[in-house]
Amino acid sequence: MNLKTPKGLTVLVVFMFGFGFMLVPLYDVFCEITGLNGKTNGQYQGEITPAGSEKGRQVTLQFVVNKNDNLPWEFEPNQTEMTLAVGERRETTYRVTNTYKTAAIAQAVPSVSPAEAAEYLNKIECFCFEQQPLEAGEHKDMPLVFFVDPKLPAHINKLTLSYTLFDITNSKKPASDPHKVKKVVN
Amino acid sequence: MRRFLHQLSITLAFFIPGSVYAAMEMNMPRGVTDTSHIIYDLHMLILWICVAIGVVVFGVMFWSIFYHRKSQGAEASQFHESTTVEVIWTVIPFLILIAMAIPSTSVLIDMYDSSDSDIDIQVTGYQWKWQYKYLGEDINFFSSLITPKEEIANEQAKNTNYLLEVDNELVLPINKKVRFLFTSNDVIHAWWMPDLAIKKDAIPGFINESWTRINEVGTYRGQCAELCGKNHGFMPIVVKAVTQYDYDIWVEEQQAAAIAKAAESEQEWTMDDLVAKGETVYQKNCAACHMVDGSGLPPAFPALNGSDVVLGDIETHMHMMYYGVPGSAMAAYGKQLSAVDLAAVITYKRNAWDNNTGEVISPADMQAYIDKQ
Amino acid sequence: MSEQTLTLDDHEHHEHGPAKGLLRWVFTTNHKDIGTLYLIFSLTMFFIGGMMAMVIRAELFQPGLQLVEPGFFNQMTTMHGLIMVFGAVMPGFVGLANWQIPLMVGAPDMALPRMNNWSFWILPFAFTMLLSTLFMDGGAPDFGWTFYAPLSTTYAPPSVTFFIFAIHMMGISSIMGAMNIIVTLFNMRAPGMSLMQMPMFAWSWLITAFLLVAVMPVLAAVVTMMLMDIHFATSFFSAAGGGDPVLFQHIFWFFGHPEVYIMILPAFGVVSQILPTFSRKPLFGYHSMVYALIAIAILSFVVWAHHMFTVGMPIGGQLFFMYSTMLIAVPTGVKIFNWVATMFKGSLSFETPMLFAVAFVVLFTIGGFSGIMLAIAPIDFQYQDTYFVVAHFHYVLVPGAVFGIVAGVYYWLPKWCGKMYDESLGKTHFWLSFIGLNLTFFPMHFVGLAGMPRRIPDYSLQFADFNMMASMGAFLFGASQLVFVYLVIKAIRSGEKAAQVPWESAEGLEWTLPTPLPYHTFTTPPVFESKL
Repeated sequence: MNLKTPKGLTVLVVFMFGFGFMLVPLYDVFCEITGLNGKTNGQYQGEITPAGSEKGRQVTLQFVVNKNDNLPWEFEPNQTEMTLAVGERRETTYRVTNTYKTAAIAQAVPSVSPAEAAEYLNKIECFCFEQQPLEAGEHKDMPLVFFVDPKLPAHINKLTLSYTLFDITNSKKPASDPHKVKKVVN
Repeated sequence: MRRFLHQLSITLAFFIPGSVYAAMEMNMPRGVTDTSHIIYDLHMLILWICVAIGVVVFGVMFWSIFYHRKSQGAEASQFHESTTVEVIWTVIPFLILIAMAIPSTSVLIDMYDSSDSDIDIQVTGYQWKWQYKYLGEDINFFSSLITPKEEIANEQAKNTNYLLEVDNELVLPINKKVRFLFTSNDVIHAWWMPDLAIKKDAIPGFINESWTRINEVGTYRGQCAELCGKNHGFMPIVVKAVTQYDYDIWVEEQQAAAIAKAAESEQEWTMDDLVAKGETVYQKNCAACHMVDGSGLPPAFPALNGSDVVLGDIETHMHMMYYGVPGSAMAAYGKQLSAVDLAAVITYKRNAWDNNTGEVISPADMQAYIDKQ
Repeated sequence: MSEQTLTLDDHEHHEHGPAKGLLRWVFTTNHKDIGTLYLIFSLTMFFIGGMMAMVIRAELFQPGLQLVEPGFFNQMTTMHGLIMVFGAVMPGFVGLANWQIPLMVGAPDMALPRMNNWSFWILPFAFTMLLSTLFMDGGAPDFGWTFYAPLSTTYAPPSVTFFIFAIHMMGISSIMGAMNIIVTLFNMRAPGMSLMQMPMFAWSWLITAFLLVAVMPVLAAVVTMMLMDIHFATSFFSAAGGGDPVLFQHIFWFFGHPEVYIMILPAFGVVSQILPTFSRKPLFGYHSMVYALIAIAILSFVVWAHHMFTVGMPIGGQLFFMYSTMLIAVPTGVKIFNWVATMFKGSLSFETPMLFAVAFVVLFTIGGFSGIMLAIAPIDFQYQDTYFVVAHFHYVLVPGAVFGIVAGVYYWLPKWCGKMYDESLGKTHFWLSFIGLNLTFFPMHFVGLAGMPRRIPDYSLQFADFNMMASMGAFLFGASQLVFVYLVIKAIRSGEKAAQVPWESAEGLEWTLPTPLPYHTFTTPPVFESKL
């Protein structure tokens, strides 16, 4: 009996099972390159790219929020819209209140529309990088520091940044950066 | 039996040419936007290309079936390959496909350009209703099915807009570029409006966008197009396209209504009024899970009839209505319903079915509770 | 095992044939027995899944809710899909493969007979587990056979865990079955039969088996991720923990699209056997048929996202998947043209297998046309998740996959049981099925275009007439399958004795064997002479 074929096939099966899992990080890479789903990048580490010939170009940025699964908390942007120049470092805050009678942990998930613009909106500091523990009734203003990359395609003049707030108190996560959590799993 | 005969006659009528059912909808609507017109034309173009190919292929096939039968004395040839014809019928379809791809690509590129919008609307899918937020306008409302339960349960004749009618329509001005931002509160939904040729998934945690510019005044109806649980079939979408003038009036009305609503809770309410109002609120928001008779669908959706919460402490009941039950299907209605609605529905629940507590929760009580939060 | 015992075993089997009693079926490693088990299992599942379809169509007979709750309706659509795909169509083809592949390539049995026994016997357990969810608290899976997250994770009924294990078991069964077929075809062909001389059915199964081995593990991976999300607090598909529900759809359809071809390629093979026999003419373009199969299989890995045009992909992705999907029409077209060319200038007769095969070509082509329409991304926005899609995939699966299996059964049944079936009953079965399915699925194109979403238990009034038509067609189609069961039982119990070659001009090694077929065949390899 020739066992080469079944052995080869078994290897293929195991490989494809692994490949299924490999699709997870591959998808992340794919998202980062294409801005698929409006996913934003992680924390921006480098210098702010100064505006070159783009200098003075203004774009409008809308801030919208959602609360997942009927979360009754108060969660609103303190500024709903701003006009800013590309390459300009700006700051805004979001107000959140835990209306539960117990302490809870929230996680905000960002998404940008049009998706094509996602990779040009760089967050230097963001409450979405951390899980947000809140005491019962506690409210706080959570900061967001960002700039729009001057390389933003010319036809885009309005961006929408959405944050969806999830209550993750009951799902105990080891890490805080949502992008890192997945890597821990793998 | 009579109903069955009636239905049978309808069905038979279908087969008789020229019957009243000749006008029955059987094609894609042409829609009321430039995009939907292009899509309709593209659809018809591809359809006719397919029909033409079908006529040729099936023509040859049926020719063989009729004329190359053994019973007709046909002798079988023995040819079994010809590189030339095989190359031909690989290349020709390829060329036809290229011809199809060119217009498709240009339509798609146009559909993706959402820049320079006049109005931005955030559309959020919920199990099982839609929420519309007009960005920058302070207009924000839920839109849910208003078809009466009796019609769905076949106890009452069905109206023309059966299952396609909502309490609050999405009102849009014509000839304005409207940009939609879709997201979801729970599972994936899809916002589909055939007349605008828009179908986009609403995905929890992420936003998707699309745009439209409506050409004609009118009311357009669509439905959720992604399986989203039990009542997926019961979350229609209605768009009311109006002139800019009417739209401006509507916006003012909305803002005035918001003020009026706040005043409503000041007013005095009798128990009968509250129960009557509560019943409509219940039908719309609660009956899908807890059932019209309050029996629920245990274990996922507990019964309210004889429930400990409903018969117990009023404040606990208010709390549960206001905040929902985290981790369950029970939504927090604190931000979805007004103080009046909350008071009414709580009063209703505590007095409906076998729950005869006789308690009245006035809008003022409810407002007091809300203010404490 | 020594050389001596091997010969002894062989000797014993020749003397006694199959073991007696029920245990014969439990312990059997004979490809014919296992083939029979698979086919009976497939037929049983076809009826169970069919009953669910009847519930669905009965509820949709008229607008309004009459028979079932919306929640139960969703369980029915979900279970109908899962059972038909994994329980009826796939095991049906594996049954045909078990019976026919050794007979067609001149092998004494499948290469790994014990594994063959396991791969079958896993299935009844998998489906018992799946069906038992109907009786659990919270009901059976109700999130559609595509089980999109988060409806199938965070919002799923508790029975989802059993569903996941059932899928795992089915996957293991399919993988083992597929490996067996590949090993058999690579190692056990009759001397002198090169790969390019294999019968088309063997070729189609070879390609299918490779697809199975490649994508069933991906399905296993995706349900494993679901399991981890549900029970181990990971966040593959939940945005809250950095995951993405859309990722689920990508992985699912990476499995799902090749899966679609898994369900149709063997039917291509069956039809490619039947058409030449009843046209009394060799198959046109054998080589291009093989290349077309390979091309379809390869392309099936790069088209998956055409199921997700509405999730909001970047335009580049949208265009890529649109073009690659359209490209599949080329090899598929080649196959259809070759079948028509096979019939052209033949000497045709229309026994039941031929009727099913011809209906296959016509109706599958109609399904192919709607497939091209669906491939065009901008118009897909109007078709996606409507009854147009339901019509499309039922046109490729019912007159495609199911007719393929049924045609194969009619074609080879005389060889398997040594008895002829009742030809007029067979024709009755065909015509009733043909009318029933067109009456069911053709109107679905219209309601879909006019705006009816799929997976809804109730609909608005303008869809009423077509839905009633579809329901009546479905009842007719369902009832006419009872004719088939009766016909098969009648043939086995009291059919006329079949000739060794029941069809004039049937070609292939299976017809060189005596009728009735001995329990063990080709214990000495046959001499294969190529006709090409």
